[in-house]
Amino acid sequence: MDVVQLKRQLIAFTELLYREGFLDEQFNQLQQLQDENNPNFVAEVVTLFFEDAERILNELANNLDQQSVDFKKVDAHVHQLKGSSSSIGAQRIQRVCIIFRTVCNEKNVEGCLKCLQQLKHEYALMKSKLETLFNLEQQILAAGGPPSI
Amino acid sequence: MEVESQFHVLAVDDSLIDRKLIERLLKTSSYQVTTVDSGSKALEFLGFREEDEQSSSDYPSISPSSQRVVEVNLIITDYCMPGMTGYDLLKKIKESSSLRNIPVVIMSSENVPSRVSRCLEEGAEEFFLKPVKLSDMSRLRPHMKRTKLIPQKPEPEKDEKQEEELEPENKHQIQQQSNSNDHPQTQSNTSNNKRKAAVEEAISPDITTRRPRYSGGVTTAV
Repeated sequence: MDVVQLKRQLIAFTELLYREGFLDEQFNQLQQLQDENNPNFVAEVVTLFFEDAERILNELANNLDQQSVDFKKVDAHVHQLKGSSSSIGAQRIQRVCIIFRTVCNEKNVEGCLKCLQQLKHEYALMKSKLETLFNLEQQILAAGGPPSI
Repeated sequence: MEVESQFHVLAVDDSLIDRKLIERLLKTSSYQVTTVDSGSKALEFLGFREEDEQSSSDYPSISPSSQRVVEVNLIITDYCMPGMTGYDLLKKIKESSSLRNIPVVIMSSENVPSRVSRCLEEGAEEFFLKPVKLSDMSRLRPHMKRTKLIPQKPEPEKDEKQEEELEPENKHQIQQQSNSNDHPQTQSNTSNNKRKAAVEEAISPDITTRRPRYSGGVTTAV
């Protein structure tokens, strides 16, 4: 596939991600901070996010598995994930976090477990889509063009 | 010789992602950056020691430690942090005779009016809603404060006109001891008016090169 086609694909795919709420304006901000001196900025931040999110999802599973759930800990973790998802523009994940905190406040374990399931689902989707995005960018680079969106 | 008058910002946030983001935002805006992950590390970096409070009042935002020279022109801190919150840090800074002149900006993911007013009342210059954007960076510039240098041997005071005609190195030395006789607050307020940009610019590289930690422009202490 030539560079022109790849770029069209990248643009279309990115637009789709924004439309479906996977990404919001903050992701665009991240891209603006990337330049030839910091060519991997977005990928680095996103990688940090993946690591952070996975760690938090595991912690949440542990917290909610306890006989007596420590809702403060659950809330602290969700608050952290809400913050980091907001920082990279992961809108759908951020929204689930907001609901999660409300449910956590009500000390509703069932509700929390449902939110955790939804978070895991959204995270898996997000990860896969961003990987596709970065893949496209790499292909464009390899084909000789700058991956500008 | 390339002269850059870069301001140095200390960014405090317990989130690694947010530290990375704020670092990039600040560097894109041509600031030198140091990031730390807690309020207590921030205070440590600033050389804050309760018992030094008496002796360090002449040199705002300069570490009183004999070990190193630290110049911080602005502190930007997250509000919600475990242990010492951004508000606690703000209070400590404003209560410190050596640090109170450093402008502080608070960042928070939650737009709580009472939180905002509490911070502003305590002396914060601005309250940024997270995620912080590029456009927010322009709101920092008006608050950046040039700080004084640490004087070395006292020398006879020279008047200002003479200073401006001299070579950068000499200006630097003269700057030091004429500063030492002035009140810290007025000096930093009038310095931008009275001194030409060139004079200010001549000062910074000397400080910069003397600080081995900042040779790359970024220090991250985690």
